[in-house]
Amino acid sequence: MIAELGLAALWLAGALSVLQLFAGVLAVRGHEDMAALVRPAAVVQGVLASISFLTLLYLFAITDLSVKLVATHSHSAKPLIFKLSGAWGNHEGSMLLWVTVMALAGGLIALIERRLSEKTMLATLAAQAFVGIGFYAFILLSSNPFERLPMPAAEGQGLNPLLQDIGLAFHPPTLYFGYVGLSVAFSFAVGALLTRSVTPDFARAMRPWILGAWIFLTLGITAGSYWAYYELGWGGWWFWDPVENASLMPWLAATALLHSVSVLASRDALRTWTIMLGVVAFSMSMLGTFLVRSGVLTSVHAFAVDPERGTFILILLGIYIGGALTLFGLRANSISEGERFKVTSREGALVFNNVMLSAILGIVLLGTLYPLLTEAFDVRVSVGPPYFNPVGAIFTVPMLLVMAVGPLLRWRQDKLSRIQMPLAVIFAIMIAVLGLVVVLGSYSLLADLGLAIAVGLAVASFLPLRGRNLLRVPLATWGMVIAHFGLAVALFGMASESAFTKERLAAISAGQSTEVGPWQVTLEGVQPVAGPNWTALEGQLSASYEGGEPIMLNPQARNFWAPPQETSESVLATRWNGQLYAVIGNEAGQGRWQLRLWWKPFVTFIWYGGLLVALGGLLALIGRVATDLKRRRVMRRKELHQEEAVA
Amino acid sequence: MKAKHQRLVLIVIALVALIGAGLLAAYALRNQASYFYVPSQMAENPPAVGQAVRLGGMVQEGSLKTLEDGITVSFVVGDGDATVPVRFAGILPDLFVEGSGVVAEGSLGADGTFVADNLLAKHDENYVPRELQEMSEHQAREVVAETEESAR
Repeated sequence: MIAELGLAALWLAGALSVLQLFAGVLAVRGHEDMAALVRPAAVVQGVLASISFLTLLYLFAITDLSVKLVATHSHSAKPLIFKLSGAWGNHEGSMLLWVTVMALAGGLIALIERRLSEKTMLATLAAQAFVGIGFYAFILLSSNPFERLPMPAAEGQGLNPLLQDIGLAFHPPTLYFGYVGLSVAFSFAVGALLTRSVTPDFARAMRPWILGAWIFLTLGITAGSYWAYYELGWGGWWFWDPVENASLMPWLAATALLHSVSVLASRDALRTWTIMLGVVAFSMSMLGTFLVRSGVLTSVHAFAVDPERGTFILILLGIYIGGALTLFGLRANSISEGERFKVTSREGALVFNNVMLSAILGIVLLGTLYPLLTEAFDVRVSVGPPYFNPVGAIFTVPMLLVMAVGPLLRWRQDKLSRIQMPLAVIFAIMIAVLGLVVVLGSYSLLADLGLAIAVGLAVASFLPLRGRNLLRVPLATWGMVIAHFGLAVALFGMASESAFTKERLAAISAGQSTEVGPWQVTLEGVQPVAGPNWTALEGQLSASYEGGEPIMLNPQARNFWAPPQETSESVLATRWNGQLYAVIGNEAGQGRWQLRLWWKPFVTFIWYGGLLVALGGLLALIGRVATDLKRRRVMRRKELHQEEAVA
Repeated sequence: MKAKHQRLVLIVIALVALIGAGLLAAYALRNQASYFYVPSQMAENPPAVGQAVRLGGMVQEGSLKTLEDGITVSFVVGDGDATVPVRFAGILPDLFVEGSGVVAEGSLGADGTFVADNLLAKHDENYVPRELQEMSEHQAREVVAETEESAR
């Protein structure tokens, strides 16, 4: 019964999205009696979709083995948290989560959004419903999560052990909040195109959604990178894997959008460009979903080949993106011109950042799709770091340099001579660091440049606060400062890791030692251990940093029995200045064991930086929302005064 | 500068940057993309010694050996028509087993042994490197039998 309830709620929600679309379109075209239907439809749709998703969570929680999805992706012996995360750790469940978040977002807009003109609002909700319908159809017609088995299974097949990880359990939802947040930005852009009202008010309404999506994408990418780093046991933190690129591309577009929408909100410039980016950003999340779900690309991450689903998403992609771009082409000319500005100005710097981000996006997109293109001509190609790193850097480096000075410039027009001093200081710092790194003996051009720019940017990011009363600086400005500083921190971690990492591969028996960087590591022994649904061989390592007090490390080689699979649990010894990373391998004969060790200086800064960037976004979001609420209160008070005056 | 001119200038700058990025990318892709080989292709038309390529195929049953030093392994990758011996120093990926698919990144040595720097085995029980689908019918069926549901 429960499963059928969930399915029924989902059908109803889908039906409501159809109603929302038609009522919205009719209302925009002048049938005003239809307008009253739109907001309630959006709200009820959000509630119904949530009920459907909660039903699925419940089915997973009680391990209802008569439901196919539960039987194929869960197991009664699994810890509860992984039973729940199993609900979205698969195709059907994750699509349901996607559509639920989207419906909730639509409901939320309908409930709280008051800044937009009523017409743009209705058009936005209609666009949101239009996108939603495709996903409802996708789930209901080709990937029903509530499908029953003819006979209940005796036991579930379990969840892939690699996914039984607390970090990964929350990784997909985080990314989905980001993707779906961009769908809202897309709907806003389409809504504004339909009613031809691209105004600063529109930008202010759209901005919190972009900020929210961007925060989640940042967190998702950071978490995904850390997961790949410690769970795969390869010691790398970014692989330029198509699945990773699938989340990076929307982030790049969202970052550009975030900056251009700020220009639109505060200076009323870049109108068409912002709309264009709104369309592109969501296109990138759709494209990412397509690449990940359809299995058209080889990825070290896991995805099965399913042409039917791939085709469905590709068709959706074509309809939404093609439709939006056509609309854009038809309407772009009728959006009137915004304010003008000089090249050396805050706007100028932001435009530069936007162009560079777009170029990087293009490079990642080409590199990701290139294997697909050549395959059409029967040439098999793999594109990896030797392409992405140098080609991407050509645009990243100038972008970072402009990013260091951009926030110091004034809106509209400014002179470089006004910021001579800070420019000289930043430049001197970069040169000094570059010299120091070369003296320390690193010869990797990209890594050395990265370190120099990171330190310069870290200092530069605080310059906008110079000479201001720190208590009076708006939260949004703090957000920018912290986000920029976070990027510098992450860059420092990346560059340092690639310039100074030491690696050791050894086969040693108990009692023997080996060295990696400043660490001395001794294998004390290897013993069997057991967990709730696995057994493992556990290495006992004692590791000492520069001859100091040794610490114990226990890397494991685990065997799961449902499904049968081996994983290696690496261990990380974290110090402020880096991490020791240890993996135990197979027995190597003559009582020896394989050990793989890395010393990675400052590698943790990569993820601390990512968290700081997200924190910056959060502060900006809180600041913006608070300002909006204040403005709304003031407006209401004014209205009340006027009414009193009239009375 | 008039508004229209400013917009035009911006568009031109953006276009130049984007086309530049595209040309640069195309150039880089042509020069460094590492090519994918299955064993029969490698036998027919081997890549230059030392050139970075990928080799994909099935690990032959009974061919996996660990050498004296305890960290170097050797095994044979085949596609039903031809085989290539492979050497790899390092910890084998979790899902690396005989009779299963593998993609090895590395280069062909002078002695005809493929020296792998990195092994991409199935990432989970459902995943098959797409490149392996070009193998012989029989093996393709084997691989497909392992591919059922997506895992995420």
